[in-house]
Amino acid sequence: MAKGTIVINQDRCKGCGLCPTVCPQNVIFMADDVLNAKGYHPATLVDPDEQCTGCAICAVICPDVCITVYRETPAKKHAPALA
Amino acid sequence: MLATLNAPISENSLQVVYEYPESLSPVVTHYCPGCTHGIAHRLLAEALDELGLREKTILVAPVGCSVFAYQYFETDGCEAAHGRAPAMATGLKRVQPDKTVVTYQGDGDLVSIGAAEILHAAARGENITTIFINNAIYGMTGGQMAPTTLPGQKTTSSPFGRNTTMTGNPIRMSELLANMDGSAYIVRRSLHDVKNIRKAKKAIITALKVQMAGLGFSMVELLSSCPTNWSIQPEKALEWIEDNMVPYFPLGDYKVRDEVNGL
Repeated sequence: MAKGTIVINQDRCKGCGLCPTVCPQNVIFMADDVLNAKGYHPATLVDPDEQCTGCAICAVICPDVCITVYRETPAKKHAPALA
Repeated sequence: MLATLNAPISENSLQVVYEYPESLSPVVTHYCPGCTHGIAHRLLAEALDELGLREKTILVAPVGCSVFAYQYFETDGCEAAHGRAPAMATGLKRVQPDKTVVTYQGDGDLVSIGAAEILHAAARGENITTIFINNAIYGMTGGQMAPTTLPGQKTTSSPFGRNTTMTGNPIRMSELLANMDGSAYIVRRSLHDVKNIRKAKKAIITALKVQMAGLGFSMVELLSSCPTNWSIQPEKALEWIEDNMVPYFPLGDYKVRDEVNGL
């Protein structure tokens, strides 16, 4: 079960490709088959094995503040698993 | 709509650990892909948020790539003539001493045409904070040689590399301003990796605290990348900072007054 996840605002993304280089779990890729409104290939989360830990390193390097990071709350015992 | 491509999120189980800073306007910046101006903007916005200064901050924008900086922050802002941001900030701070006055300047603005203003603002010990973006090139005008361009670095106005015999040597501004008696906090940080970005944020917070405590002039120099005008990929540009700029512009604390450590 994943410990965290990210949401990438792909309309803001300029496709600079910095976040895939710093992701320790290697779950961020540039979407070569998608173009956003500005004509860039945006970054995308591909995490079928739910390896994202919510470490927020991608958000720290992102120059365009596209990434929101979520992490599981240990306090909530009845937290449902990620959809 | 594109955001829905990501996995859906169950809000109950997850807490937000990182989101868009309140002090940053919800607009897309005009900066090139991979430009570290965006990182510097975000760090300043986060620092303003954490210190609760958003509604009492006046940002003085420079001329250069960051000329529209006043549009990107949810603070008051104004635009200074080229290089004159410290002069304008001096006036603003003296008239409204309860406000936080921040200038955001690049190397063409601060080291070249604005060298006199920043030197004298530091010499007078004006109680303002300067964020100095050093990317060793003129970005906005098309990649010409700046006063901080490294020896041998190719730019559009030095296509065979900077010739120091003819054009002199790069200016290390932090070392220079640290010698001024009026300066209280002068540090150089880099934006080339996550660790250094986090250090840069701490330095910006300290610089703002120095101003709030009224200790004198504070400046954070940030080594930044310019992938477009360096003509390299954003990732390689960050490596270029580490390999070439950091040896010439050593990171560190150049002036930290004793009172600053107590903040």
